[in-house]
Amino acid sequence: MANIVIDRIRKSFGTFEALKEVSLTINDGEFVSLLGPSGCGKTTLLRIIAGLETSTSGDVLIGGKSVTGLPPKERGLAMVFQNYAVFPHMTVYENVAFGLRMQKAEDARVKAQVEKAAGLLHIEQYLDRYPNKLSGGQRQRVAVARALAVEPKVLLMDEPLSNLDALLRLEMRTELKTVLQSAGTTTIYVTHDQTEAMGLSDRIAVMHNGVVEQVGTPVDVYNYPATRFVGGFIGNPPMNFIKVPVTNGQVAAGSEPLMAPKETGDEVILGLRGEAVQLAPLQLGLEMKVRVAEPMGSHLLLTGSIHDQPVRVILPSSETVRSGDVIGLKLDPNRITWLSPESGKSFPAAMAR
Amino acid sequence: MTNNRSWIPYLLILPSVAFLALLFIVPLLQTIWLAFSDNGVPSPANAQRMMADINFARSIKNTFLLTLAVVPVQLAIALVMGTMVAKVGRGRETILWVWTIPLGISDLAAGLVWLSILQNSGYFNSLLLGLGIIERQASWLSYQTPVALFFAIAVAEIWRGTAIVMVIIVAGLNQVPREFREAAEIFGAGAWTRFWRITLPLIRPALQSALILRTVLAFEVFAVVYALGGRNFPVLVGEAYNWQNQNQNYGVAAAYAVLIMIISLAATMIYLKAIKVDPERLP
Repeated sequence: MANIVIDRIRKSFGTFEALKEVSLTINDGEFVSLLGPSGCGKTTLLRIIAGLETSTSGDVLIGGKSVTGLPPKERGLAMVFQNYAVFPHMTVYENVAFGLRMQKAEDARVKAQVEKAAGLLHIEQYLDRYPNKLSGGQRQRVAVARALAVEPKVLLMDEPLSNLDALLRLEMRTELKTVLQSAGTTTIYVTHDQTEAMGLSDRIAVMHNGVVEQVGTPVDVYNYPATRFVGGFIGNPPMNFIKVPVTNGQVAAGSEPLMAPKETGDEVILGLRGEAVQLAPLQLGLEMKVRVAEPMGSHLLLTGSIHDQPVRVILPSSETVRSGDVIGLKLDPNRITWLSPESGKSFPAAMAR
Repeated sequence: MTNNRSWIPYLLILPSVAFLALLFIVPLLQTIWLAFSDNGVPSPANAQRMMADINFARSIKNTFLLTLAVVPVQLAIALVMGTMVAKVGRGRETILWVWTIPLGISDLAAGLVWLSILQNSGYFNSLLLGLGIIERQASWLSYQTPVALFFAIAVAEIWRGTAIVMVIIVAGLNQVPREFREAAEIFGAGAWTRFWRITLPLIRPALQSALILRTVLAFEVFAVVYALGGRNFPVLVGEAYNWQNQNQNYGVAAAYAVLIMIISLAATMIYLKAIKVDPERLP
């Protein structure tokens, strides 16, 4: 077990800056996701932590010890790759045993550890098979078992579920969480899939263009995005952003005006989660023109506009709204994120709760 | 509807099969007949005459020694070259291009290149003289210096034939995803272990193809030997050539040809057995 400190890591490929001074601390036993779109630098950061890539500047500390310059094998970590990287010329048993064999562990210990890891991932019955006889999901289990068998201080996972089909992905996600909770290994998990990150992580680091935009618990990141990018990237539908005029520190919204943060100028961006609204009589709330109403069974999805800007909101399926209606929406002041139109960052008032 | 057209693939393949059959299988059968017949009746006379010849044992010994010396060295060099070039980013194409230049040179031309280096008045002696290492022109390619001659031929063959092995090995290495080596590295395998336990087993098909191709070609070695050693270093194909052209005895020449084919087939069988490729154990 060990904590990880990422200290002002930079990485340039020629003139392209893949990472621009990234700092992040991961506590002992914590599960942290690096979440972001492709090209945001998350995999590069993971590879630098692993020792497969060298940083341009900055330091990585594992368990308080700088590992910059150390080869991967001296960092006490294990890794699960996106394409599994399960060795095709070795049986499942030898794959899971690989790390222990490299450590020259005694046969008895190898056997015990392999059986334990195989048991956790339910692959005991495949131990003498070759990986090409296995399905993608089973190979992924082998890759995870191989990583857990060495009892690493740190477990790195690079998009481990993205090659699986949707149904299997959901199943493996739940199972990964169960397995990793019991192992208690410090884990860094790279993904572009926000639901994976939300479901698995203790904390999420949202990355964009080589910068960590926000670090926080899934609920915090969802409810109080630090930047417009975070709000737009997380959540389905994504957060709505509506530019509204501010008069006397207030934003008009029907009968109950909303108090804008003190720092705002003439305009502010109102960040609104689709489900943080209630249907209200027209003159009492914010006016929304509904273009399309889609009853989804569990909820009602409305697409339309507020202040001529596109929005998507979610209402309980018990409400009846039709395409073309104009409705009033009552907003929960506690669930609004106010963002600066200039910087795209949210005002600290919203972060403070 | 598609079922009705199952003959189309066969039709399209037919010309190439017919072409090969005509120009390969027919001459092959004729050669075998030529080797094992005498005046139109089956006879072991040609084979007996071949084996009774004074150069027969020498040519077998030379061909095998040369193959044993050249092929492993070529494989080792090709693996080193392939592994090195895999680490190169920019300039990789240029390096590969330069490395494969010998592929574009005919074997006789290659032999003449090395002759110009190693003959008495060649570049090698000039260099040694210039450096003051020798005092007068040394002879490397005569029948009095069989060891030097053998080395000269081996070096020329290695220079000429390594590129094809390298091309196959590089193609094989490209087939192995980077993640396999990275995973091995993460789990504690050093560079040497990664090479022996991960890379080498995963390029088995390339190794097998390269070894078969290179070994068969090594048993057919001729022009380089002819240019450098002439008749001082008899090899199997050289003997076939001599019986065909000098002695005008087509029967014995055919017997040599059949012998070379049998040796090549046997070598191929041995490789297929020794380096089994199980598709289930490949990436």
